[in-house]
Amino acid sequence: MTTHKTQITLPDKSSVLEAFPDHPALKAILAWKPEALTDARFDRGELTITIAQDDIRAAAATVQSAGYNAFQDVTAVDWYPSTPRFQLSYHIVSHSLKELIRLRVLVDEADPSVESITPVWPGANYYEREVFDLFGIRFEGHPNLRRIMMPDDWQGHPLRKDYPVEGYR
Amino acid sequence: MAFDVGTPILEVPVAEGPSDQHMVLNMGPQHPSTHGVLRLVLEIDGEIVVRLYPEIGYLHTGIEKTCEAKFYQQVVPLTDRVDYLSPMANNLCYCLAVERLLDLEIPEKAQWIRVLLSELTRLNSHLVWLGTHAMDIGALTVFLYTFREREDILRIFEMVSGQRMMTSYFRIGGLSMEPPLDFFDRVRSFISTFPEKIDEYSNLLTGNPIFANRLKGVGYLSAADAVALAVTGPPMRASGIDFDLRRDMPYSSYEKFDFKVPVSTDGDCWARYRLRFEEMRESVKIIEQALAGMPEGPVKANAPKIVLPDREQMKTQMESLIHHFKIVTEGFAVPAGEVYQGIESPRGQMGYYVVSDGTAKPYRVHMRNPTYATLQSLETMCKGRMLADVVAVVGSIDIVLGEIDR
Repeated sequence: MTTHKTQITLPDKSSVLEAFPDHPALKAILAWKPEALTDARFDRGELTITIAQDDIRAAAATVQSAGYNAFQDVTAVDWYPSTPRFQLSYHIVSHSLKELIRLRVLVDEADPSVESITPVWPGANYYEREVFDLFGIRFEGHPNLRRIMMPDDWQGHPLRKDYPVEGYR
Repeated sequence: MAFDVGTPILEVPVAEGPSDQHMVLNMGPQHPSTHGVLRLVLEIDGEIVVRLYPEIGYLHTGIEKTCEAKFYQQVVPLTDRVDYLSPMANNLCYCLAVERLLDLEIPEKAQWIRVLLSELTRLNSHLVWLGTHAMDIGALTVFLYTFREREDILRIFEMVSGQRMMTSYFRIGGLSMEPPLDFFDRVRSFISTFPEKIDEYSNLLTGNPIFANRLKGVGYLSAADAVALAVTGPPMRASGIDFDLRRDMPYSSYEKFDFKVPVSTDGDCWARYRLRFEEMRESVKIIEQALAGMPEGPVKANAPKIVLPDREQMKTQMESLIHHFKIVTEGFAVPAGEVYQGIESPRGQMGYYVVSDGTAKPYRVHMRNPTYATLQSLETMCKGRMLADVVAVVGSIDIVLGEIDR
């Protein structure tokens, strides 16, 4: 089997900070609030920055002013039954640096809610509505948090892992 | 199992009691100019659009959920159905994401054929856009011309994959099979006449004052709004942002091709119309380069536990038969991790976010589709304009409801 092991993996925060001391996004977050940066990982050429749950809107504004201007999408992963259950992944591209970063927020199962980043990037509007609809995670401060894919009176959140995929509803 | 109903509606944006001069009008979901089942709720004052609210989800089929129940290789045919006008772009994006998860190297010839077919897909998609966009505006003739050339492209697709639309030709690890012998000649003869055809469409429309007046100055989107609203692709470049993933974050050997990225600063429907014409000409250049420099070699990665063996080998060699049996019945395990792969699809930046937990089925597949984000800019572009302009703007952002609703 031919593989190319050109990509390095840096599993934790200290190794990432050591390898990328000048990374604009990391530098901006550390300069703003070091405790918001709870973890980091570099894998398969992508930098994942884990942000404390309460800090995501301010962190989004921070990386935006650090040059990561183009919001791509936000989605969730349901790690049921482990805790914390939900992982939110924000993908942001920089047009000037030609690079992608991922902000990651871990959300608990009980009362899953985070701050909306729609005030920072209006383009996050539909994506947050989609996560709300399909995962049931609320976004505080979202201007219009309604279901978007499913009918308004739908029960449950289909992309959750414990949502039944067969049988009668 | 108990489910919570979710939060009640926080705010209803439209029809919360318009004044007695305003009227709420439903456009679609069966309106012919909405390209599928897009429903627009419009609040209008006479003929002026005061507010606009897209209501989507009529075509929601839960493809992302379905992906979680399939083996990695079984997801490829599902990606065709996401955007039925550019199936190869979806195939490519998904395959690249999984190949990065697997850390799998793809032979050069396969990468070049992928580029060639991706650009043909771009032509295919732009031809459908041009025909239907002109038809929405009232120029019915062009539709017949563009579909004539689209038919040639679909025949080329049928030649390589056996299918006209749901191609599934790109597989994890390369291509499903070698292209047939006269494939390159067929593409060459198509592409040698295609620039004249582009001029022909241009002659039919660009000089037409009625068509130009319907588009010029309509649906203005500023560069700042385009980036803020996550608009990508031709609408973003028509607003003056010079960014193309093919050039700026290359994938699948695009860095070896020489092409220009057309940019305009006008930001209106006319700019988007002109820009897609330029894109078609650039695609022709890329295809010509791909034909001229096509490398030799295999079209599948040398990874017998991931890539299905050739039919001949499978029938004659015990080991290949075992590999074939194992891949089909058990799939292949993909190392745990997450990858977001972005590509420049005909409509903008497409991204597949694939999360693996180390098993043979993807733990999560998320599709970032370009027109889903572009749809958010519709209100900005239509506000304060005439109702008839909405049709022109919807046509100019080139929506496909299959990829919006998924």
